[in-house]
Amino acid sequence: MNALTKLMLASMSIMLMACGPDAGNTPSAPPKTDAGGENKTNENPAHDPERGIGKFQNVTIAPQLNASLAASGEKTFQVKCASCHKLTDEKLVGPGWKGVSERRKAEWILNFMTNTDEMLNKDPAAQAQLEICLVRMPNQSLTDDEAFSLYEFMRKNDGVK
Amino acid sequence: MNVRIFMASAVILSGLCLFSGCKPKNMNNAVSADAATKAFVPPGQYDEFYNFVSGGFSGQMAVYGIPSGRLLRVIPVFSVDPEKGYGYAEETKGMLNTSHGIVPWDDLHHPELSQTNGEIDGRWVFGNANNTPRVARIDLTTFRTAEIIELPNSAGNHSSPFATENTEYVVAGTRFSVPADDVNGDIPISTYKENFKGYISFISVGKEDGAMDIAFQLQCPGVNFDLARAGKAKSHGWFFFSCYNTEQANTLLEVNASQRDKDFIMAVNWKKAEEYLAAGKGRKVKTKYAHNKYDENTHTAVSEIREEVTVLDTRELKDICYFIPCPKSPHGCDVDPTGEYIVGSGKLAAVIPVFSFDKLQKAISDQAFDGDFDGIPVVKYEAALYGEVQKPGLGPLHTEFDGLGNAYTSFFVSSEVVKWNIQELKVLDRAPTYYSVGHLCVPGGNTRKPSPKYVIAYNKITKDRYLPTGPELAQSAQLYDISGDKMTLINDFPTIGEPHYAQAAPAELIKNNSVKIFKIDANKHPYVAMGEPAAKVVREGNQVHVYMTSIRSHFAPDNIEGIRVGDEVYFHVTNLEQDWDVPHGFAVKGAQNAELLIMPGETQTLKWIPDRVGIFPMYCTDFCSALHQEMQGYVRVSPAGSNLPIAFSTGGSQPESK
Repeated sequence: MNALTKLMLASMSIMLMACGPDAGNTPSAPPKTDAGGENKTNENPAHDPERGIGKFQNVTIAPQLNASLAASGEKTFQVKCASCHKLTDEKLVGPGWKGVSERRKAEWILNFMTNTDEMLNKDPAAQAQLEICLVRMPNQSLTDDEAFSLYEFMRKNDGVK
Repeated sequence: MNVRIFMASAVILSGLCLFSGCKPKNMNNAVSADAATKAFVPPGQYDEFYNFVSGGFSGQMAVYGIPSGRLLRVIPVFSVDPEKGYGYAEETKGMLNTSHGIVPWDDLHHPELSQTNGEIDGRWVFGNANNTPRVARIDLTTFRTAEIIELPNSAGNHSSPFATENTEYVVAGTRFSVPADDVNGDIPISTYKENFKGYISFISVGKEDGAMDIAFQLQCPGVNFDLARAGKAKSHGWFFFSCYNTEQANTLLEVNASQRDKDFIMAVNWKKAEEYLAAGKGRKVKTKYAHNKYDENTHTAVSEIREEVTVLDTRELKDICYFIPCPKSPHGCDVDPTGEYIVGSGKLAAVIPVFSFDKLQKAISDQAFDGDFDGIPVVKYEAALYGEVQKPGLGPLHTEFDGLGNAYTSFFVSSEVVKWNIQELKVLDRAPTYYSVGHLCVPGGNTRKPSPKYVIAYNKITKDRYLPTGPELAQSAQLYDISGDKMTLINDFPTIGEPHYAQAAPAELIKNNSVKIFKIDANKHPYVAMGEPAAKVVREGNQVHVYMTSIRSHFAPDNIEGIRVGDEVYFHVTNLEQDWDVPHGFAVKGAQNAELLIMPGETQTLKWIPDRVGIFPMYCTDFCSALHQEMQGYVRVSPAGSNLPIAFSTGGSQPESK
């Protein structure tokens, strides 16, 4: 990136900051990128990178597996996730799921699943992953229940009994 | 702010340049200096109104934002639309089914928004097919055609689809009178007067689900029914239809249907018709008509042929219909927001007659009749007349209302919109149109509660208004601000052809109900692939069913072998996305139909019969991600009779090559 480009980017960001939406019937969403969804304002300035951005900030997970929850998560996985994620550590479109429940906190995973676009736009870890995969994870409109069941299925996949 | 000043001065400057040319007189004051600020909707902001504009001979309905004039969507209704796969996908072919088989085109003239308590409720918009008579219902949560019903005993469904004030009924009056479907139609055309009848269908609309059904038809004298409006408020329970060709001519109507000084507005007491229907006075007529409904769960049209309709004979059942004389070849037949005034717009008339509902009721009870026409009583003109607007203009066509006591009437021949006061019958203002205006639209201007902010004129001729595009030019809409005493032209935009009529609704009534995705869990399509592991290819004789999935950015399967020349291959593509605005497209080389455009959570099917041996590419047609251009695959086609087995894959292990 040369100096001129940097200067242009800097002035563009100033313009963007200066031109916030007017009041009235302006939709509140800023422009979206790469067919992603709408952005939402981060209302939690104390962003914990371990937990990500979203409503899940303190989740208690029982040490042992909830098998029926994991089974329901597997069904959702087949419909909404398996196109892009393998259960091994092999990257397909997105990273393989093996070990994910050990690498990331439950909150981060749940936030990424349910608040996908804001996480991709703002969370450093999610953005680092996007730089590797280059396809934005689709927002699959998961309910909280679906997200919890998928997380339980990830734990099962990682050997939790 | 700077943008607005710039825009305003740009308009003034370009206006100055234009005015020095040879434009029609009156144009100098046609565009106001602050027009740009009034019609300008800044990038990223929403329009105030949705405008549903008939697509005329395109067979579709266009949706524009008002005041900007931005084209938001073209909804496929009666014509195939290769862009959206409508009428090409196996699932939507059935929407175009009729008693004549699949009809891939029609001519949509009039949008009609559903109403509750005489106000627009933002649930559905109806449209009429003028050629092969049908009425469509479009669901305003999806902006898609949800249902189409064909009309028996009809020909040229022009007087349609106008709704009563709680959308109890949508009506459909035949333009061409014809012999009924259950009598021998192989008769001389010159026997019009004795054998041809006009039929008016009352289509009931389900209160909750909008489902349409022909409740009954009225058999009326053979004339041409043109337009109609339901009574409202005090006149709820009545319907008014304009009629021309009361000469009952069957040739050279241009001359022969313009002989009489007065034709008719037909007043219909539909509550009375309901009583006769309930009393079993209807005649069951054997016929055939299609009823097509799109099932949101199976994502598939269900088409059935119905075989019976109930007809009430208005000559025998005396007090349903009354003719009111109306000068001359009336087109518009419009009821004001109070329900008291009925305005006739005679295309060849020199005055605008305004009829009074109260006087009509009195005339009927006093039997103030001038004989009858083909068995239907003719009310004395003066007995129903409130008064006439004198010298309003040339060629009045259609009237909408502002709810403030004023009417706006379009004049085709003199190319103008005229504002006049109903009670005083006095012209208040005139504004030129460019050119040859047909219908007008005030948002809610046909209801009990108009939004008196704009009137929009829909013009047939645009000649020198836009950059020339050869012999074929766009039609146009022109937007006038009517918030002041004078109409001011503030915007002008080309439309798809032909904008016969339009209605507009406040965006607030519709925008928050918009469906964003179809839930994949609710997908009951028989060929859905519920997740990528369910993707497969199945041969059944010479039919091959590909259960395919799409997600950013690949298909599964994307390598298929074992297809043979002459196979019927059905690609059932399920879009696994669950996010707004992420459709995927699907196209395969040599397919003799169109693409598919599959919304999130939906399954759509493309039929393909490969005609030669070789490798055929398929790909996603709707830009979906940074790796959209990678969203592709191959089909291997072997000779007919080849015994290469079906094989398929995505990534991982490849089909075994032989």
